[in-house]
Amino acid sequence: MTSKESFEGLAAKFPQFGLEYQEGKDPAIVVNAENLVELAQHLCAEQEYDYCASVTGVDYPDRFEVVYHLYSTSKKGGPVILKVHAARENPEIPSVVSIWPGADWQEREVWDLMGVRFSGHPDLRRILMWEGFQGHPLRKDFPGMKDEYTFSEPSGEEEHD
Amino acid sequence: MTELKTETITVNMGPQHPSTHGVFRLILTLDGETVVDVEPVVGYLHRNHEKIGEYNNWIQNTPFTDRLDYISPMSNEFAYVLAVEKLSEIEPPERAEYIRIIMVELNRIVNHMIVVGFLLNELGCFFTPMMYCVRWRELVMDLYEMAAGSRMMPNYFWIGGVAADLPAAFLPQCKELVAALPGFIDELERLLTDSEIVQMRCKDVGVLPPDVAVAYGCTGPLLRASGVPYDIRRAEPYSIYDRFDFDVVVGTVGDVYDRYLVRIGEMRQSVRILEQALKDLPEGETATPKKKKFMPPEGDVYHRIEAPKGELGFYLVSDGSDHPYRYKIRAPSFVNLQSLPYLCRGHKIADVVVNIGSIDITMGEVDR
Repeated sequence: MTSKESFEGLAAKFPQFGLEYQEGKDPAIVVNAENLVELAQHLCAEQEYDYCASVTGVDYPDRFEVVYHLYSTSKKGGPVILKVHAARENPEIPSVVSIWPGADWQEREVWDLMGVRFSGHPDLRRILMWEGFQGHPLRKDFPGMKDEYTFSEPSGEEEHD
Repeated sequence: MTELKTETITVNMGPQHPSTHGVFRLILTLDGETVVDVEPVVGYLHRNHEKIGEYNNWIQNTPFTDRLDYISPMSNEFAYVLAVEKLSEIEPPERAEYIRIIMVELNRIVNHMIVVGFLLNELGCFFTPMMYCVRWRELVMDLYEMAAGSRMMPNYFWIGGVAADLPAAFLPQCKELVAALPGFIDELERLLTDSEIVQMRCKDVGVLPPDVAVAYGCTGPLLRASGVPYDIRRAEPYSIYDRFDFDVVVGTVGDVYDRYLVRIGEMRQSVRILEQALKDLPEGETATPKKKKFMPPEGDVYHRIEAPKGELGFYLVSDGSDHPYRYKIRAPSFVNLQSLPYLCRGHKIADVVVNIGSIDITMGEVDR
């Protein structure tokens, strides 16, 4: 099934979601944050997309975008790619950990490095940076060159020490 | 008899621990010798690889990927250059495609040799089997050095081909190695597969049922040992993998022993692919003409390969400039490691170490 066909199937099934088709080398489906979980449930349960390969946060000038690459371990073929937009101020989108438990650490990583919150995530803590670190280093406004850095001591006791 | 009061204790394992394959901490909750819960703590080797990748230009990132999973540098480069080639629609020449396959399949053998060697380390057989396997790894490293000039950080794959054609001595030496490998794998199996100690320590330890493996997003030998025949070389063939004849090795139980057997089987399949690739290797160019300044068109792509540890994917966003706008790595070790608490619960402390070894992680890739 091509991505165009899978988009048309989804758009016919969920006309109220206002799904958008995005052309490109890897065509994607743009979905509103509030409809993400329902769409994901449908893809996982009905269409055998049981494997969420990758969760990526991208920092665009006007928005944050979280990209999901979904595959199936039982049927062949390329991915269904979902893109969800989040506002620049306090970005937050629903978590899909309840559907694909494997998205757990990847969502934590997006929160840690990009600062996009995942509501409903069972354990949304930093994963690669330490607790108490200020800021989200993969954002474009975070300093990246060595003379721009300011290092701060971790604040407070770490949870398990 | 009065009942004894028991309570669980919390023990920190790592970050400095010989069995953790780098700096990696586990918070173990123990009931006596039995593991109640495990919480992996990662990030000690974090250097924000993805951010640095956004400052590098497209070509500089190829050698930078060598530092991810430093056991399999060729596979990392392969995934990255394929993603960039998909983005900019470059077709590498035929001979380069074959050379790439030879390099990554040698890399798979190296990786699995190291895993099998380390697994025995973790069972308490300190470094003798490891050195035994590493000896064969060195022979592959000699080939890498001959072709690329460096053993571990080859920077051999280029966008649009490979850095240089194979030197004259490469093919005879490689053929000799490939011919000798099955004999060595047999020898390794004679020593390990039927060994009573290996069987006692590995069978029914860390069983991962297929549905749980899929739910956790596990890929690679970890997933296939659970009986799911999912191999990206077959499911979504990339490069020229559709031309080769090989089997997808799967396990039945999904325990540590099956993961060992799957890796042994995959080494044999890699030898098969190598034999075919060496036989069919065509003559011709090895790279498309290089540009001084490489600027792919705008757009975003995701490309994934079956790396020795599982699905290695690169999600690249280009804004048309000479460096990536976003450079994201979907690292197999990072995702596979999520299954560790599931594998360890209910087993003894000593089995935690074996389970880590059987997942096969490299911290350079987990922490990025």
